[in-house]
Amino acid sequence: MLCLEGVRKVFPYKNAAGKDDLKVAVAGLDLQINKGEIFGLLGPNGAGKTTIIRMLTLLTKPTAGKIYYDDLDTAIAAKQIKQLIGVVPQHINFDQDLTVGENMQLHGRLHHIPAKKRKIIIDKLLNYVELTDRINDNVRALSGGMKRRLLIVRALMHEPDILFLDEPTVALDPQVRRRIWDLIRKMQRSGVTIVLTTHYIEEAEALCDRVAIMNKGRLIALDTPQALQQKIGSYVVEWDNEKTEREFKIFHSKDEAKTFADNLFQENILRRHANLEDVFVELTGRRVNK
Amino acid sequence: MLYDIITAFWRDWIVLKRRMIKFILSRMVAPILYLVAFGWGLGRSITTGGGAYINFLVPGILALNSMNISFNSLTSLHGERVYHKSIEEYFTAPINPLSFAIGKILAAILRGMISSAIIIILAYAFGADFTITPLFLLVLILNCAIFAEIGFYAAMTIASYEDMGRFNTYILLPMSFLCGTFFSPDKLPTAFYYFVHILPLTHTSLLLRGIGSGGVPNMISVAVLLFYVITCFSLCVYVTKKAQE
Ligand SMILES: Nc1ncnc2c1ncn2[C@@H]1O[C@H](COP(=O)(O)OP(=O)(O)OP(=O)(O)O)[C@@H](O)[C@H]1O
Ligand SMILES: [Mg+2]
Repeated sequence: MLCLEGVRKVFPYKNAAGKDDLKVAVAGLDLQINKGEIFGLLGPNGAGKTTIIRMLTLLTKPTAGKIYYDDLDTAIAAKQIKQLIGVVPQHINFDQDLTVGENMQLHGRLHHIPAKKRKIIIDKLLNYVELTDRINDNVRALSGGMKRRLLIVRALMHEPDILFLDEPTVALDPQVRRRIWDLIRKMQRSGVTIVLTTHYIEEAEALCDRVAIMNKGRLIALDTPQALQQKIGSYVVEWDNEKTEREFKIFHSKDEAKTFADNLFQENILRRHANLEDVFVELTGRRVNK
Repeated sequence: MLYDIITAFWRDWIVLKRRMIKFILSRMVAPILYLVAFGWGLGRSITTGGGAYINFLVPGILALNSMNISFNSLTSLHGERVYHKSIEEYFTAPINPLSFAIGKILAAILRGMISSAIIIILAYAFGADFTITPLFLLVLILNCAIFAEIGFYAAMTIASYEDMGRFNTYILLPMSFLCGTFFSPDKLPTAFYYFVHILPLTHTSLLLRGIGSGGVPNMISVAVLLFYVITCFSLCVYVTKKAQE
């Protein structure tokens, strides 16, 4: 189990007036992520998702608070923990001077995978993401989507117990996205714990056992997608207001929603079931899908 | 840990190997210009302590060139840290982050030594006369190590790429000219004389020149270089730890 206790991260930075200031990226977070689950971190830009992932993957230290992997403390057992984790960063961080194959080789070497096994794994993974014929190309020559695919399979090379994916399917076409989802589910079935961030609500709905919704460094909701929906109500009425902007209201019972809709004198009234996106907009006051 | 040092070194080695011809050719330009301009051109009209100026010059060029190459081998690390963030791969892997630092520094020393070898060959071709002993090579390696370490430290701490360039302009370039490379520091005003003797490059120049001409090496200079190697390495250790905060 992965456990965060009072985790806080503050960055020093220069504010608009050019003065030194502090930016609270994560404001005291308590969280538990269970073995074997797919855990989603949702939140608008700047909510602190990447900062959390970076702390969990030991790329940066919390300003305060503790992070435990079972009984391993990140402040003490960094090396042991690094053996357990796989990281798919938000920023594509390939070595720009190396080829596709060499980037994979480097990862394999850094994780002490023996040469023979390395080759077999690389072939298998490149084949899975249909990049076999690009093995000798410089990574710069790949398209954005190809880079993302490679980034994901690179993190799987050393068979991590816990996989962190920071916006793994950003800029992927729908087919590839579904393939990545399949891959993530397959990883879960083989016992891997998965922590992912996403801006795609349908991704969180399709994949996550539990989601945490963050805003401005704070956790504002944490539950299964279904429970979150039920909490805010399951029935939605949508309409166009006078400024032809879409508005909506959420109801707990179907009858309430129907009565409301019947008495509403607006254009394009629609009744539907609530989804995770409604939860998100309701809680953060912002739309996520850019 | 050795395995991980080799991994970091391997990465730089395959990049260098791919560009070896280009690397060698580009490394020949500056020394040839120095040798022509100062060795043939100016040097014909200068004698230093009886010997030909070119024999005085070559150790200086070796010193300043190995400094520049070792330092600048690590400027690309700045981009790998700040823009591409590819060094995160090393920091999320279960390795001692120091092996990353050591591998990078060793690769920079290798580059410094390859370009030194180029100069030695060119210098002999230009008719220079100097002897190479194991200590001569050791001094060169120490010099490369010092500036590779400084390069690593700079790449890991400096915020913008422009500032990396400024480091070259304001620190390395003046040292290239003043640290006993083209003329003896004895000719400098007293205060300056003592100042340049604080800098490692002066000791490298003097040692290489002394050993090259068959003289007895000044062990104090060797000690100064060792001091710098160790101090700069501690800075690298510090900055590697700091990079993960
Ligand atoms: N190195 C840093 N220095 C200063 N501020 C930072 C730094 N890294 C992040 N921040 C700030 O911390 C906050 C959280 O950033 P973070 O990248 O974690 O957000 P995010 O939820 O991942 O956003 P996005 O959806 O855009 O990826 C932001 O306000 C950001 O500006
Ligand atoms: Mg982010």
